[in-house]
Amino acid sequence: MNFDDTPQEAEFRATARAWIGANAPKQYEEDLRKSSLGRTVLRNADILEVAKAWQKRKADAGWACLHWPKEYGGRGSSPIERVIWQQEEGPFGQLSRMFIIGHGMCGPTMMAFAREEHKRTYLPPLASGEKVWCQLFSEPAGGSDVAGLRTRAEKDGDDWVINGQKIWTSGAHYSDYGILLTRTDPTVPKHKGLTMFFLDMKSPGVEVRPIKQASGASDFNEVYFTNVRIPDHQRLGEVGDGWNVSLTTLMNERSAIGAAVSTGFPELFEYCSSLMLDDGPAIEDRAVRSKLANWAVKASGLKYTSMRAISALSKGERPGPENSIGKLVAGSMIQDVATYALDLQGAAGVVSGEDAELAGRFQAMLLRAPGTRVEGGTDEIMRNIIAERVLGLPGDIRVDKDVPFNKIPTRGRG
Amino acid sequence: MNFDFSDDQKQLRDQARKFLTEKCSPKAVRVVLDGKTPYDKELWKGLAEMGFLGVAIPEEFGGAGAGHLELCVIAEEMGRANAPVPFSSTVYLAAEALLIAGSDAQKKKWLPAIASGEAIGTLALFEGKGNPAPKNVKLTAANGVLNGVKKPVPDGAIADFAVVAARTGSSGRDGDISLFLVDLKAGGVEVKSLTNLDPTRGQAEITFKDAKAEPLGVAGEGWSILTEVLDRAAVLCAFEQVGGADRALEMGRDYALDRIAFGRQIGSFQAIKHMLADMYVSATLARSNSYYGAWALSTNAAELPEAAAAARISATQAFQHCAKNNIQVHGGMGFTWEFDCHMYYRRANAMALGLGSLTYWEDQLIDRMRKKNAA
Repeated sequence: MNFDDTPQEAEFRATARAWIGANAPKQYEEDLRKSSLGRTVLRNADILEVAKAWQKRKADAGWACLHWPKEYGGRGSSPIERVIWQQEEGPFGQLSRMFIIGHGMCGPTMMAFAREEHKRTYLPPLASGEKVWCQLFSEPAGGSDVAGLRTRAEKDGDDWVINGQKIWTSGAHYSDYGILLTRTDPTVPKHKGLTMFFLDMKSPGVEVRPIKQASGASDFNEVYFTNVRIPDHQRLGEVGDGWNVSLTTLMNERSAIGAAVSTGFPELFEYCSSLMLDDGPAIEDRAVRSKLANWAVKASGLKYTSMRAISALSKGERPGPENSIGKLVAGSMIQDVATYALDLQGAAGVVSGEDAELAGRFQAMLLRAPGTRVEGGTDEIMRNIIAERVLGLPGDIRVDKDVPFNKIPTRGRG
Repeated sequence: MNFDFSDDQKQLRDQARKFLTEKCSPKAVRVVLDGKTPYDKELWKGLAEMGFLGVAIPEEFGGAGAGHLELCVIAEEMGRANAPVPFSSTVYLAAEALLIAGSDAQKKKWLPAIASGEAIGTLALFEGKGNPAPKNVKLTAANGVLNGVKKPVPDGAIADFAVVAARTGSSGRDGDISLFLVDLKAGGVEVKSLTNLDPTRGQAEITFKDAKAEPLGVAGEGWSILTEVLDRAAVLCAFEQVGGADRALEMGRDYALDRIAFGRQIGSFQAIKHMLADMYVSATLARSNSYYGAWALSTNAAELPEAAAAARISATQAFQHCAKNNIQVHGGMGFTWEFDCHMYYRRANAMALGLGSLTYWEDQLIDRMRKKNAA
């Protein structure tokens, strides 16, 4: 048992570290280190532009989308090399956040289902960040129940005509392309009538409206489709096979290993280490210490769970299911951590923004936190996944499974 | 990076599981639970024959000379089987104290006897309520004899010898405490069995009246030795707790799959599924923290104090969480003597206290994290 790199891993790490040392945008390092959930501020710079510039720089030197094949803009690296890169990229990795959906979900879906010429055309600029992609799955009538979506695609000659509405689409307002899950046959059970496409977000009839979130910020959007035409050659997978195609996308979303999940603990521990309460230093207060200890072991438990998965990758094995706990644990934890940090501030905790303690770090965290427990699978969906796929418990009884989609009730009352 | 046990160590774990499945069935555990014998003597003998008792004891002292990682995988299986033997007191506490501080003669006398199953050892630290702290040690040592009362002493009623923490000074500092070895079968020792939460592991009150004792380690260094013994034991106990938590989770899962109510498997209800998913989360966090503790223990790393405290807290929480919710999944049947759920509930709650309470270890963890940050 050890934490040492193999000789090849050490060599890769040294190469990556040297390149990052020479090329990363260091002027933003301090700002990135100080950022936390809900609050990433780069002084005197537009984060989107900084992120795109960093991604392009990486791509030009062969450091973008490490695990993708070279012909599609990647490096053809092993999974463990990808993890080592993430470790070395450190705070600059936060600049990749706007590419996560494109690189982690859209790209792999295109790789598995797009025509070869499309892969060669679309994937390299996706890898280099020149083009940004979004994923158009969720709808007002289908969040956790994605297969309940209603956006229609109807064949018209060589095109498909799209009408409907998507919601919670991250980054749609700055995306160039998207992958789109639609209903092509409402007369069969819901999982069987779906078809996947990719489309140009500048197509006529696409309208993006940012959603003002509970936090006040706008990361997500509603996207409306009015008679949007998509050529049939942009279909991904067979007609009616969209559910299986989307599973590929979602599996990729949840399999990101080594990607640091934010727990808020390092921020809280640092804060408590210097905070003075009415009766003395916070870190010497019994109640504070007990809270900190409980969160400390969750944070370290997640860290070493991830190390176990990385070790499996290092040996060329498939990691076990234990990594599936990450989002579930971190999501509610960061919410609790933020709540507690404000509790320690007393009445002053109510002040947010630049005038607040630590320029409002924990206030911003508190307001952003509810979203982390919902996006990418709610806590409840994550528990279902653990219960069913890891523990082998029965799936939910799905009363709409064998019913034609257009016969499923649409309202709970009246 | 290779943050995992080796194939050989995993094989040893499989071997231990197979052995314990055969020799330590719930039925065998119940013989001790029902008070028919204080511990499973046959199993103890078998563990010695398998080489498990001395797995981390060097060959020159009669052990297998493997190491602490090997001991960790065996500990996990002991916890999973809820083994009714004085393994933790003898192997994690007494043997580790001897390995850290024993003279050559002391090691030669006791370690081979531990490895062969002939001697049961324990640590006599607590004196009533309270957590490990020098000020709580009142028993005195003077002129080669001990006077005072220790309680609770794990496996005290069946132990042949004890490592005893005693007061040898009154300066109010850690240096007031020294350790001693006492032959419990000699004069001046009175032992009284205590009923306790977990009858599969005894607790005793031991009264020392001018009991003969020999020093273990340098006088005045007792507290620093004890601290290291408790850290090592925290990691090893954490593996027992992880084994117990996993078993409790499996029992709950299996019952949820078998039991039908309202016309369906109860494991198909989200209330049950989510409870079991949360148990899996606790057990996984505990396992990962314990692995880190195992790494620190086996490499004698400077990180051991922090790693041990984290493993201790995480594993204690996980075992308690899984054991209590295993009963909940079972419903009324889980609350019967006949079902095995309560054995794990008892063990989980007894283990949560044995090396000092959760609150104590939380406090330790924060102290140690601060020390590391300051360094």
